[in-house]
Amino acid sequence: MITLILIFFPLLSALALFPVKGKNIKILALAFSIIEFILCLVAAFQFENNAMPQFMVDVPWIVSLGINFKAGIDGISMLLLLLTTFLVPLIILSSFQNEYKNPKLFYALILFMQSGLMGVFTALDGFLFYIFWEMALIPIYFICLLWGGQERIRITFKFFIYTLLGSLLMLVALTYLYLQTPGKHTFDLLAFYSLHLDRTTQGWIFWALFIAFAVKMPVFPFHTWQPDTYTDAPPQGTMLLSGIMLKMGIYGLVRLLMPIAPLGLQDWGYIAIILSIIGIVYASCIAFVQKDVKRLIAYSSIAHVGLISAGVLTFTLQGLQGGMLQMFSHGVNVVGLFFIIDIIQKRTNTRTITDLGGIRLSAPLLASFFMVIMLGSIGLPLTNGFIGEFLLFTGIFQYNPIFAAISGLTIILGAVYMLKAYQNTMLGEKNRITAIFPDLVLSEKLVLIPIVIMIFWFGIYPKPFLQMTEPTIKNLITIIGK
Amino acid sequence: MLLLVLGSNYLVMFVGWEGVGLCSYLLIGFWFKNKEFNNAARKAFVMNRIGDLGFLLGIILIFITFGSINYADVFSHAKSFSSNNPTLVLITCLLFVGAMGKSAQIPLYTWLPDAMAGPTPVSALIHAATMVTAGIYMIARSNVLYTLAPVTLSFIAIIGGATALLGAAIAMTQNDIKKVLAYSTVSQLGYMFLALGLGSYTTALFHLTTHAFFKALLFLSAGSVIHAMGGEQDIRKMGELNKLKATSLCFLMGTLSIAGMPFFAGFISKDELFSVAYEHSQVFFGLLILIFAMTGFYMFRLYFLVFNGSFRGTEHQKSHLHESPKTMIIPMAILAILSVVGGFINFPEVFGGNHGLSNFLANVIKPAFYTGEAGLSHLTELFLMLISTLIFIIALVAAYVIYVKKSVIPVSDEKEMSLIYRLSSNKFYVDEIYQTIIIVPLNWCSNMFYHFIENSFIDNIVNATGRAMVFGSNKIRLAQTGSIGFYIFAMVIGIIMMLLFNLI
Repeated sequence: MITLILIFFPLLSALALFPVKGKNIKILALAFSIIEFILCLVAAFQFENNAMPQFMVDVPWIVSLGINFKAGIDGISMLLLLLTTFLVPLIILSSFQNEYKNPKLFYALILFMQSGLMGVFTALDGFLFYIFWEMALIPIYFICLLWGGQERIRITFKFFIYTLLGSLLMLVALTYLYLQTPGKHTFDLLAFYSLHLDRTTQGWIFWALFIAFAVKMPVFPFHTWQPDTYTDAPPQGTMLLSGIMLKMGIYGLVRLLMPIAPLGLQDWGYIAIILSIIGIVYASCIAFVQKDVKRLIAYSSIAHVGLISAGVLTFTLQGLQGGMLQMFSHGVNVVGLFFIIDIIQKRTNTRTITDLGGIRLSAPLLASFFMVIMLGSIGLPLTNGFIGEFLLFTGIFQYNPIFAAISGLTIILGAVYMLKAYQNTMLGEKNRITAIFPDLVLSEKLVLIPIVIMIFWFGIYPKPFLQMTEPTIKNLITIIGK
Repeated sequence: MLLLVLGSNYLVMFVGWEGVGLCSYLLIGFWFKNKEFNNAARKAFVMNRIGDLGFLLGIILIFITFGSINYADVFSHAKSFSSNNPTLVLITCLLFVGAMGKSAQIPLYTWLPDAMAGPTPVSALIHAATMVTAGIYMIARSNVLYTLAPVTLSFIAIIGGATALLGAAIAMTQNDIKKVLAYSTVSQLGYMFLALGLGSYTTALFHLTTHAFFKALLFLSAGSVIHAMGGEQDIRKMGELNKLKATSLCFLMGTLSIAGMPFFAGFISKDELFSVAYEHSQVFFGLLILIFAMTGFYMFRLYFLVFNGSFRGTEHQKSHLHESPKTMIIPMAILAILSVVGGFINFPEVFGGNHGLSNFLANVIKPAFYTGEAGLSHLTELFLMLISTLIFIIALVAAYVIYVKKSVIPVSDEKEMSLIYRLSSNKFYVDEIYQTIIIVPLNWCSNMFYHFIENSFIDNIVNATGRAMVFGSNKIRLAQTGSIGFYIFAMVIGIIMMLLFNLI
């Protein structure tokens, strides 16, 4: 039951925004998202750390096609639901200093998207998964299209077509699997898991699904929609995309690709890992010649996601655990970073690195928050980035030590570009543009404080979160080991 | 730092390790308005991170090999490995890469002199007492592993020796008081690694301790000098500062100790290293004689230039000269005393000492090749001490003759320098070499990735796919002519084709 509530509460609250008049929209949207977060916490407290999906919902939906509304929450889902419900209120709150035209639609779309995301992370039926997958895409398309920057029409069009193409590959794969199910066909994921297709077919399925997810994450070389879209989208759009939506791709790897095509993973996984690792180094290098801070963070995100994807694809306990943890950490950090960039842009009307500098002199608080989030992002011990990175490296090392050494370059290159960005924006002398720079206001502090708390919590005591996903991951490994 | 030392497993050590790295980054960049200081801070952080990658991979390999990262488990498991087991060699090498970064060894040493940008007490802290010695500590802590990997030990000895030599060679011609001390630190760290590499971990820790005393003292005294000079750091503009009695006395104590005045702390710890080297290899022994001489020389050069001769600064600075307040003098005095007597914690047997430190550490640290100084007769030991005293005197006299008798002031014009002098004063162009072989190509690569591969290649393929679609659609659109005759014709062809396929 709680699963249904978690999925549909945001949808209903999105609808509930329309009759409301006046300026209360923001506050109302925030209130709804906080309620959703509390509901998710309730679920988390009732959640038992075992491998089985809990809070199951299983009702026939389109009976003639064997499609059920089947959803449930296991450890991995729980972690991502927490991430989503934790970030959405912050993202809504982060817009309090922005004035958007047509705010009703804006906030309704955010909540609508949340509904889709919650659905993706709980669906246990292939068809349902696909529906929610697309349901999350449509609102973000409109958010980028209606509130984006100068070139939004061209860029969002490309983004939409690109990701839709990926989704179609997934649809083809799902349909094929559906037709392979014995007896009365079904989209039930458990039925898909027990198909045991032959090697060649699994190879095809692997690639169809991998490309679908790789576009979403994005993994090199399917990433070219990402920097443009991140740069041009409104800040909240960027946060939704990078903080939550890209996790759909990684989640898909674990939920669909690995259990359905284990032999495909065995045969082709190394290519996917190599692509991910190339992406790490490639994106890091590109990041430090960027002049636009937002673009720089966009590329850094490609590098970080590459590491997660490589670690997860090694299919080791540490790699998977690290991947799960790092998904959460990356979501928190990247939202923080994009928010800080938004703050800078609102106050100075620029994001060009060389135009900024000396902000720490007038806004020490902002500089301190930026410092903490930056350190989290480059994975300093005792911040959230470290534990995940360490586990990921351990996973990759077991797979291949050389791969680990190369992907390890990210801790050097990451330090190079992040420190450069920090130094050029925050340190140094003030200039004409940064001469007047008011420090944080209340609503901005309220966004950054939870983020910083999370950074330290994950860095110092990640155990509850690791325990949450561990049984599920171990179960996954044993299922596939058979 | 305490976390680093007190932790009982490698991960906790790493946490402390990165923690001190971060602190030094923040401290070096303390005056954050200055771009150069910020760059130095960033350089320090990034170079440390290069080492950290090695360290991290080492920890991961330890975890995978031994299934644990607790010292106790790892060391007890390690005993079952044979000597020079490839995995162990790899582990120890990876850990050593970490130590190279943190303890400023070749090739990752260039951040340390630049780190002088920070406030002087910071220099004292990171250069003498804490951060840079973390690498030494880590290797001494893992001595069980290193003993089983003699290949790595020889490698460490070579790197340590080379760094000691290079550091000393550069220090001889620097004109910035803090830079001299910084390169001297690099050189002294080289000693310690040499000691580690020769398998005498205790000697390294002993020298680490005495070095912490006298180097902290030297930095604080230097800070006091700079304070008195109103921020001036160029020793060519100093001189006659023995007016500042307390400071000059403290500085002298530090200098004597580091240069190896008999029975001062530095003498005793260096002597221990000397006998270790004597026992193991003539090459290192010869190298050490040379480096000891250079150390003595550059330290006295520094001392004489700063405190003797006539004052060479501006009138304003002269009137500004003053002794530092008590809060600065007292810590210096304490360190000065320690620099003199600190050696007694591991006083050699030959003078009735009992090797307190070695015994204290004996449970944790087993020397790689031999035990104590039992291998050398007391006579040899005395002989070695004599040699090192001689070196000390020669260095002292040489420096005295050049900088006091002849009152030579280092020139600043490059043309007047000899080739070697020029090389040394430009730090053998190492920074420039790094610039050319690493940073420039990296930037070039990044730009190429961005402009050619990213924008012109990958993105073009993506866009070309889109354009091909549009192009194709435009062509196919032409088929929609609107002529009924054509449609019927196409339909008939289609039906015939279908029938044909069915027949086949």
